[in-house]
Amino acid sequence: MSKAIEKPMSVGKATVFINARLVDPATNRDEPGGLLVKDGVIADLGSHLRRNAPEGATVIDCNGHVLAPGLIDAQVFTGEPGYEHRETLKTASHAAAAGGVTTIVVMPETNPVIDQVSLVDFIQRRARDNALVHVHTMAAMTKGLKGEEMTEIGLLKRAGAIAFSNGKSSIVNTRVMRNVLSYAKDFNALVVHHTEDPYLSGSGSMNSGEIAARLGLPGTSKIAETITLERDVRLVEMTGGRYHAATISCQESLDVVRAAKAKKLPVTCGVSINHLTLNENDIGSYRTFFKVRPPLRREEDRMAMVQAVANGDIDVIVSSHDPQDADTKRRPFSEAADGAVGLETLLSAALRLVHSGDVTLSAMLKALTINPARLLGLHSGRLAKGAIADLLLFDPGEPWVVNKDLLRSRSKNTPFDEAKMQGRVLRTMVAGQTVYEYAGVERT
Amino acid sequence: MPLSDSQNARDARLRVPQTPPIETALMTSKSNSNALKVFPRRHLLTCDGLSANEINFLLDLADKSADHIRRNGKKRDVLAGRTLINLFFESSTRTQASFEMAGKRLDADVMNMNVATSSVTKGETLIDTAVTLNAMRPDIIVVRHHAAGAVELLSQKVDCSVINAGDGAHQHPTQALLDALTIRRAKGRVAGLTVAICGDILHSRVARSNINVLNALGAHVRLIAPSTLLPSSPERLGCEVFTDMWKGIEGVDIVMMLRLQRERMDASYVPSSREFFHFFGLDQEKLARAKPDALVMHPGPMNRGVEIASTVADHSRSVIREQVEMGVAVRMAVLEALSAHLPSFKDIAE
Repeated sequence: MSKAIEKPMSVGKATVFINARLVDPATNRDEPGGLLVKDGVIADLGSHLRRNAPEGATVIDCNGHVLAPGLIDAQVFTGEPGYEHRETLKTASHAAAAGGVTTIVVMPETNPVIDQVSLVDFIQRRARDNALVHVHTMAAMTKGLKGEEMTEIGLLKRAGAIAFSNGKSSIVNTRVMRNVLSYAKDFNALVVHHTEDPYLSGSGSMNSGEIAARLGLPGTSKIAETITLERDVRLVEMTGGRYHAATISCQESLDVVRAAKAKKLPVTCGVSINHLTLNENDIGSYRTFFKVRPPLRREEDRMAMVQAVANGDIDVIVSSHDPQDADTKRRPFSEAADGAVGLETLLSAALRLVHSGDVTLSAMLKALTINPARLLGLHSGRLAKGAIADLLLFDPGEPWVVNKDLLRSRSKNTPFDEAKMQGRVLRTMVAGQTVYEYAGVERT
Repeated sequence: MPLSDSQNARDARLRVPQTPPIETALMTSKSNSNALKVFPRRHLLTCDGLSANEINFLLDLADKSADHIRRNGKKRDVLAGRTLINLFFESSTRTQASFEMAGKRLDADVMNMNVATSSVTKGETLIDTAVTLNAMRPDIIVVRHHAAGAVELLSQKVDCSVINAGDGAHQHPTQALLDALTIRRAKGRVAGLTVAICGDILHSRVARSNINVLNALGAHVRLIAPSTLLPSSPERLGCEVFTDMWKGIEGVDIVMMLRLQRERMDASYVPSSREFFHFFGLDQEKLARAKPDALVMHPGPMNRGVEIASTVADHSRSVIREQVEMGVAVRMAVLEALSAHLPSFKDIAE
């Protein structure tokens, strides 16, 4: 179902990256070398290509910068269909390309909800015609995301749905959740679940605790996340369905996932870049661009998440890119929408963890390349002969300051506005074609 | 002849030749000794525990009835003077009609209790209903109830014979017997055949009874359904389980489709009829994977385009009409076998 197959490839024409630092978490490779791209796939790679470019190939000198597999972002909200003023597949794909993301998985929470075969088809077609990067569709697992009736998981998967989600809400009815997991198992479909007990979180708009108390905001307790996750793990144990907790945010949830993995259950989990780099203190005086879901937690929780990425307990990092406009964000905190854009800042923000010494470059990239690829059954996310040439060239040291007005995303709700970053994307290649090139570093 | 229990039934069935025909039991109501020996039961409540001998005894009896009817034979007076009550707490057309027909062909007085408009809707409990009916001294009561175990409960409170015509998702013995007879007549045997039971196993009493009967007769039973429509630990029922119909139907001799029982579903078990038909409905393509001479069965009523395509339902390999025909014959056999246990009129006179 890879869109790249239909994309025009640079047939016959070869491109060679020389003088690169090849980093591939799938094979634990981190060495100086070069990489040859031909007909949209990686034709060769290794130290023998570090200086020697084959005859006739276009040469890209990487100046020792990192050449890695393109990032795979397993959770991206767009506004298409229904909220195109926030984001379209096209604008999201431009933001992705600028962020070094070569594959995005778009969420079903649109209008209408992606819960039918024809709508999966619609997304695939629109993406094929307009998007710069690979786009995969996460379909709804219940009709209208209402958590009541299962969708046609078998037919949706055949139409190209890569996994199944209930968007930003949890399935409250335990029987429905059990049936979804049980039914999805028959089709080897992946269930991706946002875990939050809506009765417990109620009208909560930020992490429950001291800051919420001081700000006079209703809080969302961590336990609302953990209870639903624990229930789900029990159901996985019962049904054998493949389960991925979309974005966890606290130590307690991590404990649940660790215990499930120790039991060899088919359970994995993800974390959003926001929960790795920000905490509840960032909300300051009611800054709604820091209102996300799950809410930003305390610093201890953030550190726990970071360590879990470092040791591999957390499988996947997502941007949780969620475009919102002034209509939904310029409101009193408790009334403002959740969500932050993140595609363009994903890599730079993740590099903060590397620069701080908390996570190795390889562990960080693993959660953004090979792990999501394996989870979603994609053949990308690795540097290997014959693999699709989805590549990311970045300078991990280049300093820059985020300016929200320069974001390619149609919505500018970034929590990183004016943030100092270290490390930036120089070039993004999708199936052998350059889809983004940093203007300041033209070096061919 | 050794009686074999259901666990050893498969082996026993392979060794022991078929029960010899019991001609006397068929044609006269006085020669009941054989029936009493081979089928020593007062009620027919479940297929669980029926031996191959018992089943074959009933099938042999039914076989003859079926032939007798096909030859336009006259009705027999086996149940003359006996009263049969059809007590259906759940609406039914074909089963009730089939029992009525069977009773009348054996000259019984048949009474249909329309429970939907009776005292039950006025709040009477099942046991009170049973005691009331028992006081009218019927000979045989045929009961269908929406709750599993309800028929057995009723049988404990009455003096007459009770036949289970379906209790919840538990058992429907005469359906399984008529299915076995249909298979035996078409294939000449049941032992060694591979039978795939497909669809809503979870809510199906037909499936449970068939698993018992087919296993007792030495068939290999496969269950094909999405996980949401399988009971827990289905393999413990003595079946091979498939959630992929394309694999499960491979090389089978019999494809037994079940009705998707939407009325018994209280949550989302399958997303849509369309998806169900696509992955678990019987169409020509999937049927092509079964043996070339595989038979198609369905207990009815069919949902065309949900669990079975019309082209298959009306196909020459479909024996769905024969199943209905065998239904009457099997029910006659069951009535006849049970009537052997009723006190004879002579006994009463003395």
